[in-house]
Amino acid sequence: MTTLDTLTVAAPSYLASRWSLRSWLLTLDHKRIAILYLVSITGFFFIGGAAAVLMRLELATPESDVVQSAVYNRLFTIHGTVMVWFFLIPSIPAVLGNFLVPLMIGARDLAFPRLNLLSWYLFMAGGVLAIGSIVAGGVDTGWTFYTPFSTTYANSAVIPMVAGIFISGFSSILTGMNFVVTVHTMRAPGMTWFRLPLFIWAMYATSLIFVLATPVLAITLALIGIERIWGVGVFDPALGGDPLLFQHLFWFYSHPAVYIMVLPAMGIVSELIPCFARNPIFGYRFIAYSSLAIAILGFLVWGHHMFVAGQSLYASMVFSILSFLVAIPSGVKVFNWIVTLRNGTIQYKTPMLYALGFIGLFTVGGLTGLYLASLAVDLHVHDTYFVIAHFHYIMVGGAVMAYLGGIHFWWPKMTGRMYPEAWGVFSAVLLFFGFNLTFFPQFLLGYLGMVRRVAEYPPEFQVLNVLSSAGASILGVAYLVPLVYLTASLIRLPSAERNPWKATGLEWETSSPPTEFNFVQAPVVTSPPYAYPPLGAIAEPPATGVQEASSG
Amino acid sequence: MTMRVLAQSRGFSLWPESASTSAEDVDLVYLALLGLTLFFVVLIGAMALGFGVKYRAGAKSFRDHPIRKTLPIELTWIVAPLVMTLVIFVWGASVFVDLGTPPADARSIYVVGKQWMWKVQHPGGRQEINELHVPTAESIKLVLTSQDVIHSFYVPAFRIKRDALPNQYTSLWFRATRPGVYHLFCAEYCGTDHARMRGSVVVMTPTDYQQWLAEEVTERRSDGATRGRDEEKESGPDSATSRRIDVSTSPSAFVEFGCAACHQSNTTDAGPNLAGLFGRTVRLADGRVVVADEEFLRRSILEPNHAIPSGYGNSSSMPTYAGQINDDQMAELVEFIKSLETNGEGATQPDWPATTP
Repeated sequence: MTTLDTLTVAAPSYLASRWSLRSWLLTLDHKRIAILYLVSITGFFFIGGAAAVLMRLELATPESDVVQSAVYNRLFTIHGTVMVWFFLIPSIPAVLGNFLVPLMIGARDLAFPRLNLLSWYLFMAGGVLAIGSIVAGGVDTGWTFYTPFSTTYANSAVIPMVAGIFISGFSSILTGMNFVVTVHTMRAPGMTWFRLPLFIWAMYATSLIFVLATPVLAITLALIGIERIWGVGVFDPALGGDPLLFQHLFWFYSHPAVYIMVLPAMGIVSELIPCFARNPIFGYRFIAYSSLAIAILGFLVWGHHMFVAGQSLYASMVFSILSFLVAIPSGVKVFNWIVTLRNGTIQYKTPMLYALGFIGLFTVGGLTGLYLASLAVDLHVHDTYFVIAHFHYIMVGGAVMAYLGGIHFWWPKMTGRMYPEAWGVFSAVLLFFGFNLTFFPQFLLGYLGMVRRVAEYPPEFQVLNVLSSAGASILGVAYLVPLVYLTASLIRLPSAERNPWKATGLEWETSSPPTEFNFVQAPVVTSPPYAYPPLGAIAEPPATGVQEASSG
Repeated sequence: MTMRVLAQSRGFSLWPESASTSAEDVDLVYLALLGLTLFFVVLIGAMALGFGVKYRAGAKSFRDHPIRKTLPIELTWIVAPLVMTLVIFVWGASVFVDLGTPPADARSIYVVGKQWMWKVQHPGGRQEINELHVPTAESIKLVLTSQDVIHSFYVPAFRIKRDALPNQYTSLWFRATRPGVYHLFCAEYCGTDHARMRGSVVVMTPTDYQQWLAEEVTERRSDGATRGRDEEKESGPDSATSRRIDVSTSPSAFVEFGCAACHQSNTTDAGPNLAGLFGRTVRLADGRVVVADEEFLRRSILEPNHAIPSGYGNSSSMPTYAGQINDDQMAELVEFIKSLETNGEGATQPDWPATTP
């Protein structure tokens, strides 16, 4: 180990190797591309968040007073499209996945570094078009683009928005393909499939969805454009089309897309829990296989978005039972994480708080998914705030909590700096309370019958809406605090050690931040993952990657 | 108008009003799910809290009791939740099937959604905008369609909703139990004023309902021109001619479109006799077997070739009426065809080939 440290000091880190703008914009280094994504999706996150702030402000009163309906409809479209396609879907895969996949498997880079850079440019091109559509008057279709409204009736900038999402979809496809090929072909010697960190299993399962589902979204969005521009009847019955065809195609992508958002989050939690419990993960294989089970079953449940849309009764029953089944592998993960705590020596550091917060909120989000899978209850709560609350528990309570946990956990590795622990704990706790205050009242509103996508609502719903808006203001602060202290940490805080958490995994065996080519010498893996020292000793685990001179 | 009714303020509440038999059925499944949720949240929360405190760093707990056999534990938390969720699935699905199958004696009311209002047409021709009057203790079947985009007819107090699709009939049914005025929402986002596409469902006792019907008739007869109801003002050109269907005589649309030329004669070479068709299972020329419901009748009028009865060749001699017939006339025709009894109207034999005698 001492030799390793001397060696890494000799070579500059990937951040310090070159300084020009060109060296960033034309970089082929997966770590620099990850940073490009980190900066860009943070920008998109705050654009989408600003729209949410205005929406919650408007919903504080039953009348439309802060903004009128036409503006409100554009706000929720911005919020949905930007958050789904330009923040949540790229968040963990494109930032942490890009950074960590080669490091965790002991590779120098992804299999196709140029495609990796191309995928960032495609993402940005799509993002610029999407933001352009907002500048050009906004889009009022909602992120779901239901036909025939989006193709025939919407009088707004649908085409640039759809084109932007279409283009950014190719970024997803390329990233997914890159990860699949990398995991198959570039694992270090000794890194067998069942020695892979569970984050890699999750990224692998996610990549399969990227590659298999995103093309369907591209086709669907292209068809919207073709019908809207040239009047070719695909979805509009007035032109001989079928509006339900759109919903089938859209949800065939967009339901698996939910798992694109949450599978990587589960992967992060599977790294954080054993590290801060100082315990090997319980049920490694079950967690690994459950990621694949979720990815596969996730493709077969799209029809649960259409129980009240005129889908046949028998189709609805099949989709209902499959939707119940997809809850089982998620439950397996939750139970395994909890039992991992047993016999541990638990340190409540910021990333661990985010991981535990994830488990709590994801459990509620997952269980409320069963209400929507149940045919009878969906009849009532479909398209109400119950749905809004449910998927925010999954996507914000789940995906965003895990993303922030991961950012804090790997921040020392990515930047070479520690974050301030006290501020980290403060914002994690604040976020948990702000989140629950924002979204728990929405479950109640949904069962009371408040429908989604409305700027006005009956006065008896006001109390719960005010609570939700109050929660949103806390949540907003809880997002801004990390932005400030993480940015400040880059200049003010001490440099990070190579392995500040005493964690297992190859990424911790190289310097913080790593050199351009990750490892000075190609690692060879000789032991299983999560080999934390027994009986909770908080000490450096034995290295899994033995540094050996290798011809490569 | 409608807002007048909604202005009657309701108090703050955490549980929705219920006013139909379906509401009770749905609530029970919901409560079961709530129980399941509480069970798992408490179980997982207690485990996390227990382990979290006992095994916190610095606690002097005994830590050397590893679990040797993991498979039985894994199987437990796979199989037990599986069984619980399957029970809930079956229950929810059976309620859904009931709520999707209207009783044969249900009263049909036609509802058209359009940006941004609900237009209701009662049997007998009575029309309402953003209001629906129904009696208690009677099964009501709503036949929904849309003139433009997708809408969704949602009455929280009944716990039911159904999308209204352009160019298609969908239906839902309910049996109201408690008189009162209840919210009607559009649940599917449909454009700028989606939030204002609200109305109310007025549930009345059967006696009041009869009285309400009679009042309206008196009102119409005494002074048809000066009825100054707000709904009429915002209802647009379609409802300016508030038409009454009298299904016992030939309805105007049936005459206007010349349906009788082929469908009411006793000859068998023109078109199939329509008497007794509704609700039957019929065999088609291409071998399919379908139930002749409202959507089947609607589609046959607009696209005669979509379903040709067995024995009438491979293409229909009937022209399409798409683009010529409006939603009101369609509702009128469908109701008229439904009203034709097998042995009434001089019809001899139903010549739609039935699958079962």
